[in-house]
Parts: sequence; structure tokens; C-alpha cells
Amino acid sequence: MRFALFWIFSVAALGGSIGVVANVRNPINSALNLVVTMLALAGLYVLLEAQFVGLIQVMVYAGAIVVLFLFVIMLLNLRGSGTTGAEVQPLVKIAGTAVVAISSFFLLRVLSTGRAPWPDVDPSYGTTRAIGEALYTDYVLAVQVAGVLLAGILAAVVLAKKRLD
Amino acid sequence: MGDISPFQFQLVAALIFMIGVVGVLTRRNVIVMFMCIELMLNAANLSLVAFSREVGDDQGQIFAFMVMVVAAVEVAVGLAIIISLVRNRDTVNIEDASQMKW
Amino acid sequence: METSTVFVALFIFAVVVLVFAPIMTWVERKQSALMQDRIGANRASIGGIKALGLIHPLADVIKMITKEDTMPTGAHRFIHLVSPFIAVTPAMISFAVIPYGGTYDLWGAHVSLVVADLDYGVLYLFAIGSIATYGSMLAGWAGNNNFGMLGSIRVSAQMISYEVALGVTVIGLFMIFGTLRLTDMGVLQEQTFRVFGFMEYLGWVEPGTRWIDWITLPMWGIVLQPLPFFMFMTAMMAENKRAPFDTPEGESEIVAGYFIEYSGMKFGLYMMGEWIEVVVISALLAAMFLGGWTLPWLPEQDIIAFLVPKFGANIANLLAMVLAVSVFMGKVVALIFFQMLVRWSMPRFRYDQVMNLGWKILLPLSLANIALTAVGILVVKGVTGR
Repeated sequence: MRFALFWIFSVAALGGSIGVVANVRNPINSALNLVVTMLALAGLYVLLEAQFVGLIQVMVYAGAIVVLFLFVIMLLNLRGSGTTGAEVQPLVKIAGTAVVAISSFFLLRVLSTGRAPWPDVDPSYGTTRAIGEALYTDYVLAVQVAGVLLAGILAAVVLAKKRLD
Repeated sequence: MGDISPFQFQLVAALIFMIGVVGVLTRRNVIVMFMCIELMLNAANLSLVAFSREVGDDQGQIFAFMVMVVAAVEVAVGLAIIISLVRNRDTVNIEDASQMKW
Repeated sequence: METSTVFVALFIFAVVVLVFAPIMTWVERKQSALMQDRIGANRASIGGIKALGLIHPLADVIKMITKEDTMPTGAHRFIHLVSPFIAVTPAMISFAVIPYGGTYDLWGAHVSLVVADLDYGVLYLFAIGSIATYGSMLAGWAGNNNFGMLGSIRVSAQMISYEVALGVTVIGLFMIFGTLRLTDMGVLQEQTFRVFGFMEYLGWVEPGTRWIDWITLPMWGIVLQPLPFFMFMTAMMAENKRAPFDTPEGESEIVAGYFIEYSGMKFGLYMMGEWIEVVVISALLAAMFLGGWTLPWLPEQDIIAFLVPKFGANIANLLAMVLAVSVFMGKVVALIFFQMLVRWSMPRFRYDQVMNLGWKILLPLSLANIALTAVGILVVKGVTGR
């Protein structure tokens, strides 16, 4: 069952990411393929017993970040400028992808040693409680520093404001 | 999870990363390039979470969580930059924005 | 999958989708009519039997199915087809984690009245709620219509703004209950606490005073966190694009907003999604804030222990299960009534008022609530050790 799920999610993620790159006509198609990729990756996270990260992936990435992308695409299209211009030949893209894919396959094959995979983890691995405890005890400094990123909201508002002069 | 090896997860992550790289290098639409950058971030996240499960420690998941936090803010600021860029140059083609002044 | 899970899932689907969705159209018409001192829709009849207007949902469905299904020129065909389903599915699958009752032992089978008792139940609901944004946002864009696009932009901005407020508002509740699992929250809300217990700890009265022990309140979410109850309800109603928050669907401003290119059953699917979401909101509020399936001062174990000598263990459990489901449904119905009241009483907010409420009022209030709750928990823990 897990095997089938892994294949389904992997193929969906890879297909979605190819769709992001290969959609020349409309950026909204790329954005929707990105949503499919994010959801498939969330499925892979849950397969890897990272439930909290998987749910946050759906909530943040698929539910907010790609919505922002779509929002900006729609906002800019309203002004009439949405031309993509000349894109690189698809053959170049496919050839480049194939070269790197084959080389990375062999490189990873060589690098993955005969370790015993998948140790048993206790049931609290990846649960919200475990990650919350780790975040607020061991990594509380990282959380506080990440809080400084809220200044990014100010930056976004200032940058996107229409100049009235 | 017996019949899926960690190698397969890493391979999927590497492939997605590489598709993102090809996208950034070859696409001309600013917004789609940004989406490919997000693809690369997600591939790195997948690799982190897979390794975290392989080792059995959840530090990798916390790292991935932090990456998501940073990516969320980065998308907000990046899209604001893109909006002002498109408003000023009136084009989403990155080749038209290749010089500092028009 | 166990048969009990399938049974519960079928029950929920049958009751919610097949019963609630058409009934909600009737409730909307009749309640608004009552509130506005008129009769409401009462023309539909089968063979002369009008049944208080309950035939109208059937007439609606027949009308919608037989209408022409338009696809505007220049529209993105696939997205236009798929958006209603993206809008309806999150509302329906939200019911997977909502508990209708506790766990009962019926004739050897351990039945738990929830389809999926997830460890992170409420997070799942938030994640599903963020996916619901796409159904509405893509609908307006897919129609190749300027009004639709305006509606899309408004709806996406509104929904993602209120998702933030939604998540932050209930953090205080999670801090108190210590769990994200909705069944555990229902069980924890059975406990009662003494309202004036602080007097004892401050030394104002002698310990063991009778009247202090008598005045107790159940540990319901609304008692522990009254302000987040209203904030959460507001945020969920804004997510649902109903009540005073239906700017994206602004009927008098931008025709039908993002619905504009939909007719027939696809439009019906959007409406159904909205009404099912109303039921989801009511069920969530009942489960988290209003004690779920339990009655205020009667723990379920006491009820079962009282009934077992009279009827035997199996029938007692069955009766307790029926009671729990009825109590839960009663709370859900009361909250649906309240939401309809709000919808038909208040005029629509302006768009900037909606954004103002979401960012400048709800978010700071909910953050302050987290801080206050944390202080409160520390104080209570320090005093009582609970």
C-alpha cells in the first residue's frame, strides 16, 4: 500500500513540476501544476511519518503561497501585460533535463551505501507535540529569529504600494 | 516501508530540484521563474525530511519547517518586487529587465 | 477498514450531504421570511400537498439539473469544469474528523462516532480550509469575465487574510486543552470547575465551604475562552464568504462576482458547498467550544452507569449514543440558526472594512488572547498544580 502511494505521489510530483516548467502559454497553468506538486509532496511527507510538516506544507505552500502567486498573476493580467515572449526551445530543455537526470541517478546510486534503512521510530516521531516541544526548547532561538521575518510584511507592503506622485 | 529505499526519495528530490533549475534557467516569465525557485526549495525540503526519517531524528523536519517559514516570507517580498518591476517596465519578460536602467 | 468506520462515514455523508444541504435552502428561505415578516416560498407542491415549503429544494434541484450548462467563449474549459468540485470537496471531507459522539461498546464492537480520529484533527481542518480557496478563486478567472476576475481577486484576498486570524484565534484553546484531537477535546470539556475557587486560594473563605463547591461551570471552550469563540465564528464566516462577508459575491455591486459564468448544477454545487460549510462551521464550534456531544453537568460515564442496571450494557450504550448524537445535532442546529440570523440581519461589509477587520482587529486581538491565556495557564498551574 505504501509502495503504491509512494509511486502515485512521486509521479504526481514529478509530473506537476514538469508541468510548471513546460507550460508556455499561460502562467496560471504553471501555478496549478505547482499546486499539484505541493500536494503530492505533502503526501510524501505524510508517508515519511512527518505529519506536522506535511500538514504545514498543505496549509502554507499549497494554501497560501500558491494562492499569492495566482493572485499576483491575476492582478497583473488585468493591466493587459502578460506576454511571455520568446522562450527557449523545448528541445534544449528536454535535453538538459535528461542529461542531469541520468547523471544524478548514477551519482545517487553510487553515494547511497548499504546502510540499514528506516530505523524504527517511536510513535511520537513527527507529531505536532514532538516538533512543538523541540521547537520551543532546543530551537527557541531559531523561532525568535524567524519572528524577525515579520518585517518582511512591511517590506512587501511598501514595495507593492502604488506611487501616487 | 520495507520496499522503498531511501535512495528513491532522494532521487525524486533531486529530479524535482533539477527540473526547477532547468525552469529557472530557461523560462523567461518572471513569475514562472519564481515558481521554479519554489520548486527547488520544496525539493530540498523533501530531501531533508527523507533523511530525517532515515536517521530517526526529527531535526531534519524542524529544518524543513524553518525553510518553509523563510520561503513564505520570501515569496511575499519577491512577489512585491515583481509587482513593482512589472508596473514600471510593463512587461513580464525577464529579458526586458536585463539592464539596470532602461 | 473496519465496518464501523464505513458505517459512520456513510451515516455522516447521508445525514450531512443528503439531508442538510437541501434543508438548508429551506431554512434560509423560511427563516429569512420569518425574520422579515413574510411567508416565504410556498408555491411548490406535489399533488396539492405543500408541506410548509419543503418541496422547494426538490424543485430547485430539478430546475438546476435541467438548466443549460453554459461554457463562455475564451474560458479555460478544464478549470471551469473542475472549480465547483474543488469548492465543494473540502467542505464535505471536513466531516471526516468531526466527532458526533464518544466511543461506545455495542454488542462487542467498539464504535467510535468519528470517521478518522486523527492526532492532529484541527490542523487537518485548517489545511483543508486553505485548499477551499482555489475553488472560488479559479472560478472567477476561468470565466474570462472582468467581473469574475474582480470577484476572484477579492475572494482570494479575503480568504487568505482570514485564514491567518482563524489559526491564531484557537491557539489559546489548544494551549488549555493540550490536544488537537477533537474527540479528546470533547472528553475534556466534560469536566467542571468551581467558579469561585479562587476565593479559597486567596484565603478569603475557609476551605471546604459548601456553596463554593456547588457553583461549578463545565469546562467548555466558550467558558474558558469567550472572546475567541466570537472571533473564530467571525473568521469562519468570512472564510465561508457568507453573512456580511459576501463582498466577492456582491450581488448589487459586481453582479454575481466569481459565480458569474456558472449556471445550472455547477452553480448549485457552489451553493451547496457554502451551505455544507455552514454546517461544518457549526459542527466545529459545537465540538471545540460548546462541549461537543456532552450535556453540561452530566458526564457520559454517569449516564451510562445510570442506565446499565435498567436496560443492560448494550442498550444503555445505544441510548447514550443516541443521546450524544442528538445533543450534538441540537447544538449544530442552534448554531446554524444563529448564523442565518446574522446573515439576514447585517448589511454587507465594504471590502476595505473586511480587510480592516481581518488584519487590524482580529489578528492583534487573537495575539493578545494568546498572551493572556498563557499568563492565565501559568497562574492556574502555579496555584492548583493542574
